[in-house]
Amino acid sequence: MAKRIDVDDVNVYYSDFLAVEGASINIAPLSVTAFIGPSGCGKSTFLRVLNRMHEVIPGGRVSGSVLLDGEDLYGPGVDPVNVRRTVGMVFQKANPFPTMSIYDNVIAGYKIAGSRKNKSETDDIVERSLKGANLWEEVKQRLNRPGAGLSGGQQQRLCIARAIAVEPSVLLMDEPCSALDPISTLAIEDLIAELKSSYTIVIVTHNMQQAARVSDRTAFFNLAGVGQPGKLVEYDDTAKIFSNPTEKATEDYISGRFG
Amino acid sequence: MREYAGSGAPTVQAPSPFSGRPKDVPVSSLVGARLPSWAPYAAGVAAVAVALGLRWLLSWTGWGTAFWTAALLFVIGLTVWSFSVEGRRRAKDRFASTLIYASFVAAVVPLLLILFYIGVKGFSVFSADFFTKSMNGVTSRQEGGGLYHALIGTLELVAIASVIALPIGIFTAIYLVEYGRGTFAKAVTFFVDVMTGVPSIVAGLFVYTFLLLGFGMRPFGFAGALALAILMIPVAVRSSEEMLKLVPRDLREASYALGVPKWRTILKVVLPTAMSGLITSSLLAIARITGETAPLILLVGYTARINYDPFSGDMATLPMMVWDQLGKRAGTTSNDLTEARAWGAALTLVLLVLILNVGARLLARLFQPKAR
Repeated sequence: MAKRIDVDDVNVYYSDFLAVEGASINIAPLSVTAFIGPSGCGKSTFLRVLNRMHEVIPGGRVSGSVLLDGEDLYGPGVDPVNVRRTVGMVFQKANPFPTMSIYDNVIAGYKIAGSRKNKSETDDIVERSLKGANLWEEVKQRLNRPGAGLSGGQQQRLCIARAIAVEPSVLLMDEPCSALDPISTLAIEDLIAELKSSYTIVIVTHNMQQAARVSDRTAFFNLAGVGQPGKLVEYDDTAKIFSNPTEKATEDYISGRFG
Repeated sequence: MREYAGSGAPTVQAPSPFSGRPKDVPVSSLVGARLPSWAPYAAGVAAVAVALGLRWLLSWTGWGTAFWTAALLFVIGLTVWSFSVEGRRRAKDRFASTLIYASFVAAVVPLLLILFYIGVKGFSVFSADFFTKSMNGVTSRQEGGGLYHALIGTLELVAIASVIALPIGIFTAIYLVEYGRGTFAKAVTFFVDVMTGVPSIVAGLFVYTFLLLGFGMRPFGFAGALALAILMIPVAVRSSEEMLKLVPRDLREASYALGVPKWRTILKVVLPTAMSGLITSSLLAIARITGETAPLILLVGYTARINYDPFSGDMATLPMMVWDQLGKRAGTTSNDLTEARAWGAALTLVLLVLILNVGARLLARLFQPKAR
């Protein structure tokens, strides 16, 4: 079910402005890949290219190909809605739907999209997803309470449950822990380690220690200069990136000399 | 008097409202002298007393000059008193506060007076009959009659106008917020803004020329409802647009990321989240047109009889009833009876808008996204 991603020479534009230039990367299935780099280098932009969310922004467009198990997401006739059902996303700021209960939030991927399921099916999906997100024990008594009434870490796990409820092949996470305290962050990192056995995961993070803890391979993005587009500088096994990187820019970033 | 002791030996003063410093307490540089809390009231009473004294002394007639003298004395007196005790900064603060409170009073008092006046004058004519009978057969010199015909006329026309204007307004707002990007959207926004300023008589004239003159028809209710709808649409668009913009962008993104198509996102995520705001803005639009009279003069006319049919014949409406009872329609003058009925109609109109508003707030509270 988890798929591999092959990106070939992708340029990402905001109208005429080139944000990311010539990025190519191969992500193995059932692995965790971390995108690191200084602010504004295009790592979140590049992440959003992988599930065709970049074009939601007015003026956003992409050139190049992104292959999901060999199928080009940007091919002719491909429906972005279907792509997003296959490639799920968790955002930096937890965004549960405020008008819905916890139960309805988890099942939102089905309910809002209009697919009909009976109560026992949805009960199963909710339980499976909440267990998968390590939230079941905490909320099983109050599934009908509003989703917005949980703490920050719980809300983020609710969003993860919502994302895995639709059984995507790939899970993209855009700085999921940056708004959370260390305990909640640890909970989410443990969760990522568990989810790795079922999904291909790509995580953007500012926190290099987190990238080192959580990921199998790491990609370092950087800006060539002020006003220049971002580039993928180095992509390698995490252990190698953090101990003996090939590029000097990578080494400078890792050791905190800039960024 | 300084605001604080400054350099030199601390001085000890007897307590008084005019120095503000308590007895036998060493002065610290952090503590500033303050006027007592009853100072504004004392200043007010003193100002009124002086003004009344002047009025008696100088034999002013009427109350206008005395009122303005009292107001001026109050502002100047309190500021000067504050300056002498509390110092420059606090004096400026008091001056500004006084002006702000005075503006508030100036804004609110006329409103309260109007409501009070309408309430007292209109209430006297309220009765069960007043709400169930029409003016059919009741001349201007007779007692009795009621506003039933005008009440259902107003309700019907407002309902028809709402059914036409609110969907158009909300859908236009959805287009502008969710879809509109290029010159067409800018043109729509521009024209909506222009329409907000269209005088009601002009909207009435448009429908009059188009429908009544163009097709040679006589006044009928639906024509008035059309003009009211034209007046409602820009208000509905603008305020609905603001409510939809308040829905945070990351909610829409969360929905898209789940693979939900755009129209379903709008229907199931954006609209429910904005629902309480949309209800409020809809009721704003309704309140705007409930009392509009000019289009009704041209398009709906007036009748003393009950007419349920908006497609044929004159209909009575509450504002037109006020106009009629004051004799303007027949070109005559009013008397006590008709004036009382006019007040009754006016009060009913005010109560109608009030009930709509309260109902709207209750509905909005019901639909509010809950946090616990």
